[in-house]
Amino acid sequence: MQMLGKHLLSAGDLDRAQALMILDTTAELASVTERSVKKLPTLRGRTVVNLFFEDSTRTRLSFELAAKRLSADVITFSAKGSSVSKGESLKDTALTLEAMGADAVIVRHGASGAPYRLATAGWIDGSVINAGDGTHEHPTQALLDAYTLRSHICGGQGDLQGVHVVIVGDVLHSRVARSNVLLLHTLGAEVTLVAPPTLIPVGVESWPCSVSYHLDDALMQADAVMMLRVQAERMAGSYFPSTLEYSRLYGLDAPRLELLKDRAIVMHPGPMNRGLEISADVADSSRAVIVEQVANGVNVRMACLYLLLGGAGSQAGGD
Amino acid sequence: MVFLSSARVVLDQADISRAVRRISHEIVENSRGSDDLIILGIPTRGVPLARRIAETVAQIEGHPVPCGALDVTLYRDDLRLREVRALEPTDIPAQGIDGCTVVLVDDVLYSGRTIRAALDAVHDLGRPAIVRLAVMIDRGHRELPIRPDFIGKNLPTAKDETVRVRFVEIDGVDDVMIDSESVGDADAG
Repeated sequence: MQMLGKHLLSAGDLDRAQALMILDTTAELASVTERSVKKLPTLRGRTVVNLFFEDSTRTRLSFELAAKRLSADVITFSAKGSSVSKGESLKDTALTLEAMGADAVIVRHGASGAPYRLATAGWIDGSVINAGDGTHEHPTQALLDAYTLRSHICGGQGDLQGVHVVIVGDVLHSRVARSNVLLLHTLGAEVTLVAPPTLIPVGVESWPCSVSYHLDDALMQADAVMMLRVQAERMAGSYFPSTLEYSRLYGLDAPRLELLKDRAIVMHPGPMNRGLEISADVADSSRAVIVEQVANGVNVRMACLYLLLGGAGSQAGGD
Repeated sequence: MVFLSSARVVLDQADISRAVRRISHEIVENSRGSDDLIILGIPTRGVPLARRIAETVAQIEGHPVPCGALDVTLYRDDLRLREVRALEPTDIPAQGIDGCTVVLVDDVLYSGRTIRAALDAVHDLGRPAIVRLAVMIDRGHRELPIRPDFIGKNLPTAKDETVRVRFVEIDGVDDVMIDSESVGDADAG
């Protein structure tokens, strides 16, 4: 069996076999969500810490529920209301968690690279899972998106060979876009990024995807369209003249939905700005799988926790 | 396998097929023709065995018998002792197991720990009226108070021996071998 590493920091670290193993494990764990006893004893006695320096609803709840379904003890730590607001450093926070015996630390941080620092600095022994770092990566979101794509377009099996995914919007500030480009490429999908030139990151030429500035042309090719949130909180300057212009040029509304292929799906990592990047009627349409993405998120995170913590890990070899 | 010379065949294809027929008859006799029988195989090799038993029981009874697979990996007590394992498919018949007679099926019964895990898994899936256990080989060395109800063959073994059950569906051949060389025991259950 192809092992995962000790940590899950970047979607780019996963090779095809590892990514498929996570998706296959997710598929098996999905049945647990459907039964009346939604609990497994697998991670009994393990401690999982949710370390959230940035606000989050979906990801934090999702990881918390995933860990609880596997019977791990879960501590959730948000920077607000903790000693971090008194100026405690990442290192001291990490040493505190280590002293409490955390087996895994799930970290969301506003600074790109914070999870990498936590994993490699030697402050803690446990696994580190990146739950979103700055504008860098959000690997479990990419995994749940890949799982959702696979179940809708590929019959729930194999990789995403030949699937065309269009990712639209604030690519510059989006860790979701970066992780998705890397993972979807690994799984054989073709990715097109669509955004105004101001919201395309420098160096995008080196990413394994194509770039377009014209949404309507791209939509006609798509098997799935992923709308990104316009991240106003990360925008110091102005990246487009007005929200109305952005929404006209890059928002997904009912007339644009008509351009899509018959079976194409609409995705959004949430939280949505209804009326900006996606109109309310599209968000609520039968094409939208946004709520399903959330449900899949719990199962994907259970799979990641099981695969990272469920075995002997680095402490011992076989029996 | 490297040490084929030291391996001894204890059951061949005809023996296995006779054992499946006998186990199936015993299940029918034991359940007194009740129509709420469910046969659940434990992956990997419990699954094809469960399918064969279900087919044979169906022939005897004259109506189909629901058959499924129950992966117990997430319930094992030795997860921390080994590298993480891939999950096998679990497939429970749509009507569920509440009030049914569930027959768990595995290829080799050894320590009993796999069956302990299976009982926990069944407990989380519902409340069957009765749970029974059918195995092709009982090789002894139980570590828990668990005993099978239906046995293909009792096979007294030493702990350093390996029992290898092969089925056509997975291995391309039907036989049971005992191997006195310790080449890593695949049947820890």
